[in-house]
Amino acid sequence: MTDKPCITCKELYEFLADYLDGALVPDQRREFDRHLGVCPSCVAYLDGYQRTIAMSKEAFGPADEPATGKAPPELLKAIREARSRST
Amino acid sequence: MTIQASQLAAPRKESPALDVTPELLASLRLADDAAYDELVELLGGRLYAVALRMLGRAEEAQDAVQEGFLNAFRSFDRFDGRSSLSTWLHRIVMNACLMRLRTRRRRPEQQMDDLLPRFLPDGHQTIPSEPWRPIDRSGIEHAEMRQLVRSKIDELPEVFREILLLRDVEELDTEQTAELLGVTISVVKTRLHRARQALRSMLDPHFSEASA
Repeated sequence: MTDKPCITCKELYEFLADYLDGALVPDQRREFDRHLGVCPSCVAYLDGYQRTIAMSKEAFGPADEPATGKAPPELLKAIREARSRST
Repeated sequence: MTIQASQLAAPRKESPALDVTPELLASLRLADDAAYDELVELLGGRLYAVALRMLGRAEEAQDAVQEGFLNAFRSFDRFDGRSSLSTWLHRIVMNACLMRLRTRRRRPEQQMDDLLPRFLPDGHQTIPSEPWRPIDRSGIEHAEMRQLVRSKIDELPEVFREILLLRDVEELDTEQTAELLGVTISVVKTRLHRARQALRSMLDPHFSEASA
């Protein structure tokens, strides 16, 4: 009997999103965790994958939104004028 | 892509306090001018923020929001109330943004096959992954990181970029994304995973400890 994981790196990569979503059944999740316990490369890949998701959110974060939370005045004016023209 | 009233969960950072009252909705259905102004004042800022995230350019974002509101004004009779009015408008504005993204002349896209992991016959990765270094989130490196990530997302092929923006930036769920794009849930999941993997590959040379 050996503790060698049943899944390969390739299989782990294919189901990575399901793993992070908690969508794997317990047996599958156990195999994932066993693989991660012995494979530094997959641990590094998983960490980079999670940080990629986090950085995507950060890249379009609050710094790009209007400080006031309001639309630019020229936009409000343009919408009003366009509506007037169309009625 | 047709615009339909439908269930769509709250857009990112939605505040329930900003939603439309039944009284305002009734006035809108009567084509009341003051009600239109009130709606634009109420939701314009939030929708502009959405468009700015999706499009990255202020002028284009304003055009998309304007188009969205005008579409909505013409379509109130099709709003069936199953979702909130703000959610319905959010969907309309995102549709307008997606149309613009699809027609935009963009920089050359990367080939997805070149960005996905490769494996040996025994299932190990061809080139083992290296850990990423920490990022200083307080200084200029953080600003540079955000700019880098945006530019790399922009290099993704369009169908993958759309999915990534809707799921990981706008934080729609899988079902909402599938409905908005007119694809199956399975397609959304597959494309999202590939988009994240491709983006990870593009970011790897910048953050891997091995390349520091």
